[in-house]
Amino acid sequence: MDISFALTGKGYVLVAADTTAARSIIKMKSDEDKIKVLSPHLLMAFSGEPGDTVNFAEYVERNLRLYHIRHTYPLRPASAASWIRRSLAESLRSRSPYSVNLLLGGYDTATHTPELYWVDYLGTMTSVPFGAHGYGSYFALSLLDRYHDPEAGLEEGLAALRRCIDEVSKRLVVSPGKYKVKVVDKDGVREIEL
Amino acid sequence: MEAISHAGTVLGVLAKDGVVLAAEKKVTGKLLDMSGSKEGGYGGSGEKIFLLNSNVISGVAGLTADANSLVNYSRQTAQGHLFNYNDDIPVELLVQRLCDLKQGYTQYGGLRPFGVSILYAGYDPHYQFQLYHSDPSGNYSGWKATCIGANNGTAQSLLKQEYKDDIGIDEAVGLVLRTMSKTMDSTTLGSEKLEFATLTLDADKRPKAKIYKPAEIDALLVKHDLAKKDEDAEMRAA
Repeated sequence: MDISFALTGKGYVLVAADTTAARSIIKMKSDEDKIKVLSPHLLMAFSGEPGDTVNFAEYVERNLRLYHIRHTYPLRPASAASWIRRSLAESLRSRSPYSVNLLLGGYDTATHTPELYWVDYLGTMTSVPFGAHGYGSYFALSLLDRYHDPEAGLEEGLAALRRCIDEVSKRLVVSPGKYKVKVVDKDGVREIEL
Repeated sequence: MEAISHAGTVLGVLAKDGVVLAAEKKVTGKLLDMSGSKEGGYGGSGEKIFLLNSNVISGVAGLTADANSLVNYSRQTAQGHLFNYNDDIPVELLVQRLCDLKQGYTQYGGLRPFGVSILYAGYDPHYQFQLYHSDPSGNYSGWKATCIGANNGTAQSLLKQEYKDDIGIDEAVGLVLRTMSKTMDSTTLGSEKLEFATLTLDADKRPKAKIYKPAEIDALLVKHDLAKKDEDAEMRAA
């Protein structure tokens, strides 16, 4: 049921995820943070099987933190995404695979480019200009096809994101009420109020 | 350590748009078959200068058998990184991994340490071009220009005098060849005594390692006026 969106713009990546934690038809919580800050310039929105998601996100977070401590600089977004993808692919072929879908947004401080990766629980990874997971993707992908601009400033990017969220609220039967939005750019990661 | 100070000189210079490595080959003889090194592979005779990864080349001084084992280890390490992270290994990381291995042999009894010093020339997006040196104890350090092997003191002081901070790759090639010709025991420079390699960026800003083939080394020496025939002319003039 989780919904997550992400889109790139000029020098930034926006990542948004709903904040609902549900079990069956019951909402248990409405302020759950489903976007992890993996390193100073890397964000990860995770969705999927409850429990698996947090477990896997923390596993990734700590491994990337260890790499950062060992080598003084963090993994670049492309390398981190490859490592995470491989972890999922190995997990898929194990006795207890993780059912976790991810959106990885990062800013590469070496090449000064924003990067976004769409990863699913089967270990598929693609570099995309915008992406979404969950029921929201049925609405967001067509909207972003029309309104996404990779050269857009932050305000325009937020406007495109708002369109997606509004459309989901309007059309989806089980639409979530609240979203958390985070942005990563050359200055690092910060949260934004919509 | 002792073996290294007798080994063929290996010299490295860091330029702003590339890195240069040169090495003196000690074991040569008329009967040694070098025909294999003329064409095949990626150049060089594969005695002292090796390609470790697409972004790192190394020059080794010391026991050749130990060096081969270390080169093999670092190639595997680099490919392991590529497998896990889909990206070339950062140069310092590769140096660290090799030094961890070398250090291990100084710590446990019963085993002999690797008798090898290595110069690494590499490129990565974090620190651009880099030049590192590691010794048998597992110490490593980064340099702008350095030298290992026989006569390394002489070469170091020559480099210290002549090195400039914003040196370009062409000047660096000249500096390396000149220093090499002054420090080597033999009076004449030629491809049978010398291995040479550069690391630069190609048109797509990807690292490009070039290990010179014997014919290319001779051509380079002629270009820099350090080739053999030079000496005969001097003799006649004197």
